[in-house]
Amino acid sequence: MPDEKECFEPERYELREPPAHQFALSRREFVEAAGAGLLISVVAMPARAQTRGALESRLHLAEDGTVTIFTGKVEVGQGSRTELAMAAAEELRLPVERIRMVMADTDLTPNDGASSGSRTTPATVPPVRSAAAAARELLLEAAARHWQVDRARLEVRDGAALDPAGNRRFSYADLARSPELATAYKAALPAGAAVTPVKDWRVLGTPRYRLDGRDIVTGAHRFPSDLQRPRMLYGTVLRPPSYGATLTVADLAAAQKMPGVTVVREGAFVGCAAPTSREARKAVEAIAATAQWETPEHPPSNRLFTYLKERAVREGGDSRAPRVQTKGSLADGLAQSQRRLHAVYQVPYIQHAPMEPRAAVAEWTNGKLTVWTGTQNPLQVRSQLVQAFHLTPEKVRVSVPDTGGGFGGKHTGECAIEAARLAKEASRPVSLRWTRAEEFMWAYFRPAGLFELEAGLDAAGLLTAWDFANYNAGTAGLETPYRVPHSRTQFLYCEAPLRSGSYRGIAATANHFARECFMDELAGAAAQDPLDFRLANLENPRLRDVLLAAAQRFGWQERRKERRPGQGVGLACGTEKGSYVAACVEVQGSRVREITMAYECGAILNPANLRAQVEGAIIQGLGGALTEAIEFEKGKLLNGSFAKYPVPRFRDVPTLDIVLVNRPDLPAVGAGETPIVAVAPAIANAVFAATGERARAMPVRLKA
Amino acid sequence: MSTTFRFTVNGKARSVETEAERPLLEVLREDLSLTGVKYGCGEGQCRACTVLLDGRPVTSCLTPVSAAAGKKVVTIEGLASGDRLHPVQQAFLDEGAMQCGYCVPGLILTAAALLERNRRPTDAHIIEALNGNLCRCCGYPRILAAVRRAAEGGRHAG
Repeated sequence: MPDEKECFEPERYELREPPAHQFALSRREFVEAAGAGLLISVVAMPARAQTRGALESRLHLAEDGTVTIFTGKVEVGQGSRTELAMAAAEELRLPVERIRMVMADTDLTPNDGASSGSRTTPATVPPVRSAAAAARELLLEAAARHWQVDRARLEVRDGAALDPAGNRRFSYADLARSPELATAYKAALPAGAAVTPVKDWRVLGTPRYRLDGRDIVTGAHRFPSDLQRPRMLYGTVLRPPSYGATLTVADLAAAQKMPGVTVVREGAFVGCAAPTSREARKAVEAIAATAQWETPEHPPSNRLFTYLKERAVREGGDSRAPRVQTKGSLADGLAQSQRRLHAVYQVPYIQHAPMEPRAAVAEWTNGKLTVWTGTQNPLQVRSQLVQAFHLTPEKVRVSVPDTGGGFGGKHTGECAIEAARLAKEASRPVSLRWTRAEEFMWAYFRPAGLFELEAGLDAAGLLTAWDFANYNAGTAGLETPYRVPHSRTQFLYCEAPLRSGSYRGIAATANHFARECFMDELAGAAAQDPLDFRLANLENPRLRDVLLAAAQRFGWQERRKERRPGQGVGLACGTEKGSYVAACVEVQGSRVREITMAYECGAILNPANLRAQVEGAIIQGLGGALTEAIEFEKGKLLNGSFAKYPVPRFRDVPTLDIVLVNRPDLPAVGAGETPIVAVAPAIANAVFAATGERARAMPVRLKA
Repeated sequence: MSTTFRFTVNGKARSVETEAERPLLEVLREDLSLTGVKYGCGEGQCRACTVLLDGRPVTSCLTPVSAAAGKKVVTIEGLASGDRLHPVQQAFLDEGAMQCGYCVPGLILTAAALLERNRRPTDAHIIEALNGNLCRCCGYPRILAAVRRAAEGGRHAG
């Protein structure tokens, strides 16, 4: 289960959204929906996930020896499939290849929450390990009983219990046929099935690449946009020309006359389905040619930060009320300071732009809706479908094939709802794949943010006061990890112009950008080296460790003394979601030449995947740091395409040097997000060192 | 207006009856079920849709089906020889050069075409050839390592 904090972080606006559409009920459907409470108990097939015992909901042993692990988590490239299979293999004493994973299917898998917030490692690995350890204990028990020997004398190796002489095997296939398993399946997880200590790990802690890699390199893997069902049609949706525009007039006749085309107009929804996507597009284009829209005012991005500040919710507002945390007395802290500094920072909207845009295939069979779609939150998508179509949860199945990227951007079900509406009308399966332009404009954005900072230093360069106000960006990573006796930290919700939601690292990127750049300004004011200044104000031992590890590997002290024209070095550090990161950067003219990063997330479960996540986070972070910013005017995007919105490419990749700090003495936490937060501030600080110009806005545009 | 187009796809003669302007991408995916070919942007900026047309990598999203008439098309599904992976496919596996994997088919075909015309590419050559292909997971370092490995394997072989 996701924890409360994850659900209610204010920047996860997308999780509180109602469904994109709410469709009407026909009279027949109304009767069915109203009577559904009675009906389902009689006829609906109960979903596997809801009816099984604790062990069986997580793990299945087949009589042919196949071991299946069930998880509600999604694979979007972050490595959850392989990591969870490794966790099970470790405890079952099986080679990881023998584990079959069933993931993210609301009819089959348990509720593991959304695949977000770096929660798979801390929240889903443990129950998978416990269930697998329980199965291993059952195997020992059953073998001991079977052979009438002391269970303590048996061991499990390569998927079987072995007797002390080593000439008898009792395998998971044998267990599957035994009555012990049937009983244990229904019971709560047996207590006392200890998970393997780190020092004895054979699978966890070793590098493993993606288990289904062969299907990826041969093109055999079917992403959500690749699924094809018998008699399937392709869908296209009519989009408003600008944000907030409402359709007043549309003539459907031309589209309706096209052979094989299904046309739907209901409320704000207009879409077509056809045997090919080209025919569906042409049908929608014919409708668009007749459409008239009412378009409201919409602010341009060049007034964005004024607009946000004007629309900050300062009082009341329930969940949108300002969040203010104070410590000591800010006034006292400022009064005690010898030097004060004030600065304003800005962070724009950016788009996730995963390689695979939103996609869904919807199919109705005897009143039950099945949707295969690329989402990080299948249960939330199921709820949205339930609401949109007035169904009961048992009547909706959401299944997520391994998907082409998410980065926090695929938590919602709009594409699933649209596909389902078209499929319902056509009485045939419909595949709807958003175009890149739709994904840019109609998916949600990482929120923009405005930051007002003020701090005071004493004569020794120690912080006496810290005042940090964040408008709209969100609360992750909001609090300073530095030692400050007097502080005020605020988050102000704003009535923002664009639809916003989670993005890899959520607000921690924006908060760290403002804080870590400002710390550099303060180091300058104290006439101290940025590393020395941070260490003097920092107690957290784990954060100090990564900061020192990065600085040492990079050669911070020596390289800071180098003074080539156009060259500069910068650093930044931070913590979020229980892990710790520090980065050192060298820029040379218009190029980021080198990034050294030290990262610590407890015990390392899969070093190969961890390194890939850190590399990916750094390079993806380069985009937000250097080039990405959504521009808009009159409710339209000005740069909603890869041609106009540059994201990192091969040529932009700097030399990377990554130090993975392993802490086998600490619990493992998720690592997909936090490495990104140090990238932009370290670059901005290096740019200052190189040019003497302080960049106070992302992206930091490097000049040649 | 439908016309019949004949071309070779992954070594097999195929014919489709369709409109001439339809993107090759959609014909391959929707008519021939070759879904290893990916849509990424529709404007030739990401090259997830790369296929080989007479051995040259092209963006199938911008290539009308008519332009493939009489030619040889190779998609990711046609790159391996039976169970034996193409050296670039094998190198992607050996280097773990994938995260979500959506960009991988386009990258492998682009790299395979590079190695056909340049058996000893430098890193600069590889980066130049692959710069048009986007990977939003930003797994570029491993992809570079994989193409390097495939090139080195080829070198040893002869």
